Amino acid sequence: MDSTVTTGTAEENVWGGGNSPLGASYGKMMMWFFIVSDALTFSGFLAAYGFSRFKFIEIWPIADEVFTHVPFFHGNYPMIYVAFMTFILIMSSVTMVLAVDAGHKMKKNSVIWYMFFTIIGGAIFVGSQAWEWGTFIKGDYGAVETKGGRILQFVNAETGERAAIRDFAKTIPGDRVAHENSKGVWFYDEAYLPTYSFNEVVEGFKANPSILIRTEQIVQEGEKEGEKTLLNREESLKKIKDGRLVVEGANLIRNEYGSRLFADFFFFITGFHGFHVFSGVVINVIIFFNVILGTYEKRGHYEMVEKVGLYWHFVDLVWVFVFTFFYLV
Amino acid sequence: MAHAHKLEIFRGLLKFKSNTQKIWGVLIFLSVITAVEVVLGIAKPRALTHSHFVGMKLINWVFIILTLVKAYYIAWDFMHLRDEKSSLRRAIVWTPIFLVAYLLFILLFEADYIYNVYKDGFIQWNF
Repeated sequence: MDSTVTTGTAEENVWGGGNSPLGASYGKMMMWFFIVSDALTFSGFLAAYGFSRFKFIEIWPIADEVFTHVPFFHGNYPMIYVAFMTFILIMSSVTMVLAVDAGHKMKKNSVIWYMFFTIIGGAIFVGSQAWEWGTFIKGDYGAVETKGGRILQFVNAETGERAAIRDFAKTIPGDRVAHENSKGVWFYDEAYLPTYSFNEVVEGFKANPSILIRTEQIVQEGEKEGEKTLLNREESLKKIKDGRLVVEGANLIRNEYGSRLFADFFFFITGFHGFHVFSGVVINVIIFFNVILGTYEKRGHYEMVEKVGLYWHFVDLVWVFVFTFFYLV
Repeated sequence: MAHAHKLEIFRGLLKFKSNTQKIWGVLIFLSVITAVEVVLGIAKPRALTHSHFVGMKLINWVFIILTLVKAYYIAWDFMHLRDEKSSLRRAIVWTPIFLVAYLLFILLFEADYIYNVYKDGFIQWNF
């Protein structure tokens, strides 16, 4: 690349330094080596995700049923919003390459504008991810956890749609007194309190003959292969006896979507990726101001834009894999 | 410009006039792949979800291969590995490929073994 700073005379002095056999400057090569090591870190996380998933292959949550929301719209739209996020990130990657390209041609104003659009794209992506997390944590339908730590979800037999616990749970009047410091030998935090108690859900379930239970088990063969197992009414009535508590939304301990590890890996991997996007935006902002101040104009080359660009594309590259393994496969 | 960009993609099938044009071309290609992935993910055609190849559903193979294709074009054209010396490119690309393939092989086999232990062994976990 013409922007590469080559020092010394390469034709003589083979061992005396000043050679760059890989044709890349020190900084660019170090950025590449950092990216390689970071790629290995992400690969380790995704491989661990694969490990847990293969271990529980028959009960793993189906992503299409977990991520179904689009902001400002009601209804069931699996994958649409993630596809939008992917597109935003690819788009901001494109403006980044255009900034690098303009940098090669020493067009300061174009670099400024392209960097600006890249930063906006990154900000939209991080915001979308925050929204996605919020929706995931809040949950939708609620579920019941069994004594063995498995999740039971509810389905309305008439419509075939998922049934939310708020739709059928009975309200049983009762007082729940908060435990306080003064009343105990030692103060323990209040346990997590769901909107409906387990008892209310069970009573409501018994009173509604159209509500069925769906287990985590994925049907392995036959017509319904790949779908979760739907119990009939008698089996459901028997299964609810295994229940222990109500789960709403997701946290690091349990989640209403299914396997506990699913939410843990979701938070960990998309969180780590989101952190990369965030730091990428911060670095982009710094470089953006340097471009405005004319630092690289004075330096005579825009290699810094190229280096931060490499990092930005890497973040996009990682997302391509996260998208596949969390939302598609 | 001291160093010219390589402007061909698809092994010379498509040659662009300028680097900027190539960037937009690659964007269109990546968007089409993403769209195909999303459509397949929503539609889930039975032909792909009910047939298996080496223990995995055909649709998952399609997704993984399309992902690797996307990764290739991001690295080659956006991260301009295409324009770098082949020695640098090989050092960057083959190191992770080797290590990740090794890691995946070990972890996924181990996980499948544990799955079978849970399934056939005398451990009650799904209750």
